[in-house]
Amino acid sequence: MTAVVLQPTTTWYLVLASVLFVIGATGVLVRRNPLVMFMCIELMLNAVNVAFVAFAHRLGDPTGQSVVFFVLVVAAAEVTVGLGIIVAIMRRRTSTTADDLAELQG
Amino acid sequence: MDFFVFTCAALMSLVGALGVVLRRNPVHAALSLVLTLFGVAVLFVLLQAEFLAAVQVIVYAGAIVVLFLFVIMLLGVDRIENLRTEPIALQRWVAGLVGLALSGLLVATALVAGDETVVRGSGIASAVAGDDPDANVRQIAGEIFGDYVVAFELTSVLLVVAVVGTVVMARRKQAAK
Repeated sequence: MTAVVLQPTTTWYLVLASVLFVIGATGVLVRRNPLVMFMCIELMLNAVNVAFVAFAHRLGDPTGQSVVFFVLVVAAAEVTVGLGIIVAIMRRRTSTTADDLAELQG
Repeated sequence: MDFFVFTCAALMSLVGALGVVLRRNPVHAALSLVLTLFGVAVLFVLLQAEFLAAVQVIVYAGAIVVLFLFVIMLLGVDRIENLRTEPIALQRWVAGLVGLALSGLLVATALVAGDETVVRGSGIASAVAGDDPDANVRQIAGEIFGDYVVAFELTSVLLVVAVVGTVVMARRKQAAK
């Protein structure tokens, strides 16, 4: 029994991925600095990657790892565009919180 | 041994994740993100994904976090944020409540599924499992350039669009000045 307990199972990885994802989601909700919100989105992406790799390991299927590779590529593209947008916004205004970007509200 | 490595890596990633959310200085948040990414890379090695662990360190901890730090320094927002005042009333409480509910839901789902099997080296080629050192890379290459070659080609289009879009955004601002 102890040998089974001391070996990390798929459930452990899934619980860890869930907690990481929730920390990232809460960060997006709580923080007002757009850069930190972006970092929290990266946290959520990483949590999903852990879940994918854990399932690939469990099912013995390398497809999960290929999917994580594509997620990494998309995350890189997303960060490039997102930071470009943030820089473009920040150049026009001095404030640094997401709450001030409400001018489309009408 | 696996238990020890898992515990250390999980603690690393959780402490880093909490640091990203709770640190007031954006530079500290970015450095906490590096801690999380390294923890996740260790987990990848533990899960027989050596190639992804290497890519994680190079692309995420190398390129993406450096890009974050570069933008923080460029914009000069590396000053300490005031986290005491709440911009929107009750926002933190509601966010905390939503977070707790979501984590309860997800963790309960994972626990109810309750998969207690420990699998090692079935179907996934890996140096950890005793295959030759390149086995994992070769297997993923076979997947990406075999079954998913169309998706792979599309990611190249995506990257070109992202780069061109960023350049266009940066140039338009200069012309306006």
